[in-house]
Amino acid sequence: MSVAIETRDLRKAWGAAVAVDGISFTAPAGEFTVLLGPSGCGKSTTLRLIAGLEEATDGAVLIDGADVTRRPPNDRQISMVFQSYALFPHLNVAENILFGLKVRRVPAAERAERLARVAGLLGLERLLDRRPSQISGGQQQRVALGRAIIAEKPICLMDEPLSNLDAKLRHEMRVELKALQRKLGITMVYVTHDQVEAIAMADRIIVLNGGRIEQNADPRTLYDKPASTFVARFIGTPPMNILDLAPGDGGWCIAGDRTAIAPPHAALPDRVQLGVRPEDIALADAGGVPATVEQVEYLGADLLVDCRIAGQPLVARVATRHPVAAGERVNLIWPAEHQHLFDAATGARIEAAPGFPNPTVTSRSAGP
Amino acid sequence: MTRPSLTLRREWVHGWLLLTPALVLLFAFTHLPAVTTIWDSFFSTPRGRREAKFVGLRNYETLLADDTFWQVLSNSLWYAAVTIPVSVGLALLMALWVDGRLSGRGFVRLAYFAPTVLPLIAVANIWMFFYTPGFGLIDQIRGAFGLPEVNWLGNPDLALGSVMVVAIWKEAGFFMIFYLAALQSIPPQLREAAAIEGASRWTFFRRVTFPLLMPTTLFVSVNAVINSFRMVDHVFVMTEGGPDNASSLLLFYIYETAFKYWDTAYASTLTVVLLVLLSALALGQFFLLDKRVHYR
Repeated sequence: MSVAIETRDLRKAWGAAVAVDGISFTAPAGEFTVLLGPSGCGKSTTLRLIAGLEEATDGAVLIDGADVTRRPPNDRQISMVFQSYALFPHLNVAENILFGLKVRRVPAAERAERLARVAGLLGLERLLDRRPSQISGGQQQRVALGRAIIAEKPICLMDEPLSNLDAKLRHEMRVELKALQRKLGITMVYVTHDQVEAIAMADRIIVLNGGRIEQNADPRTLYDKPASTFVARFIGTPPMNILDLAPGDGGWCIAGDRTAIAPPHAALPDRVQLGVRPEDIALADAGGVPATVEQVEYLGADLLVDCRIAGQPLVARVATRHPVAAGERVNLIWPAEHQHLFDAATGARIEAAPGFPNPTVTSRSAGP
Repeated sequence: MTRPSLTLRREWVHGWLLLTPALVLLFAFTHLPAVTTIWDSFFSTPRGRREAKFVGLRNYETLLADDTFWQVLSNSLWYAAVTIPVSVGLALLMALWVDGRLSGRGFVRLAYFAPTVLPLIAVANIWMFFYTPGFGLIDQIRGAFGLPEVNWLGNPDLALGSVMVVAIWKEAGFFMIFYLAALQSIPPQLREAAAIEGASRWTFFRRVTFPLLMPTTLFVSVNAVINSFRMVDHVFVMTEGGPDNASSLLLFYIYETAFKYWDTAYASTLTVVLLVLLSALALGQFFLLDKRVHYR
């Protein structure tokens, strides 16, 4: 039943404006794949190319191994949920959900049976004779979902389906969508700009930037081993701290500081950047890297501490029990295995070299 | 206790002050004439020193016995029955075409809208040239195919039809603009959602576009009904109701009665008929169509 999607060097350009610039990936059968990126990164266009709503300038879309690049949308085994839901305003909920089945002339008895099943699954039984304008945003979202799943297509494409819902509803729908996808074994391709949504739902996340793939990995890898500074800063709240390094006495230090972070190593490029997630940073009584606290934001369970290390800004997320005040001098430490190195010129990740991590920092990484 | 009632009073005064200009105009030029018309239809026409006197339903009896009235009424109904659906249908077709991806779309839109901008008198004069027997545009084209001359406006069987064509040509472009605006307010995602379900263009039109255009269709057809009884300028220019009243319409007949023969009482009676007819049509349209119209 499950069907995989593959794109090969997919390109879409409108004149000189290139929206999608050579994207190749596979959305495995029965998995939840998220296309993630900031607005204008080409994620929606990629989805529309898969759906057949846009014609590819170059490259190919393969569904279940067959080239469907030039085929119409209804010939691609897909259903789709739009950001605006695209419900027909003059039809009631039942008619909206049944629209596709009627178009395909499914017999009335089967239509009724499938409608009852879908309405039950989504809790829409009592809304069936309402118009879209008479139900709430969350309910409209369910109707759009119902219209997609009643088609019983092996692939479901979703274009930011939750972005019009309030935070609480969005969280509920996230859980529900994921469960539904598992239950029905659908191959899901889901577009979002919300990294929390992506991490929470995806089996696989494809991070896009400027029409290209930055990284294609499972959520854990994306968080633990971001392939570039772009991914590093895009995933996680607050985003990863990126600091310039400079060669110092004992090895690479944060520019302007003298604590060695990494040993001098031939494999490193000329300009190197250090990445540390705010949640990996802890405060130490002594040792580590000295910093000045500029501002403290109280979040309840945690504190967000804005610091500067020799002029470079950095955010640390520490437990509330550490009293810190603005203007204070603190020592920051983090486990060496949680520091990331990037090539400053390209932004690409540098895999840890032998002789690394540096003991200066690890020795105090136990933390207070 | 005094303050709230004072503010209430002042709001009331302000409200009426704001309404007054519109009310004065509406009463002076719409309601008063309408009531006077009905009143006059029960009196005789004043002539010279003879005052109008109450004649009861005598004018209406004259009306029922007037062959010209029946012919003009039948002309008007035919005129409405043909020009309304044809111009509305044509407007919808043109709007669908112009809404699509079309090279030179702006030019085509302009071309369709142009007849609306022209005064009907000018339009009628242009069409006079088209219809002129022998060397008019239509006969020249017919001549090229070896077909005989036709007196479009002089033949009693063709005159009304020729006048209708002009009205349709004039009206369709105007209604097209309304349809075009409505079409462009339909979100493109609806078409995409339907495309994913495999709906053909016709299915999409029948199940989505057309129902969503219903409010526009109602508005346009009410206007078309009113216009079909209201616009007679081209009759003045082209046929003056002739030959033998073949192209005379109700409003034109009212004008002739009132301002050519100065039979104002009978003209009032005719006007009452027109008013009743228009009110009945407008009410019927709203009540019949309203149930099937979806307003967003």
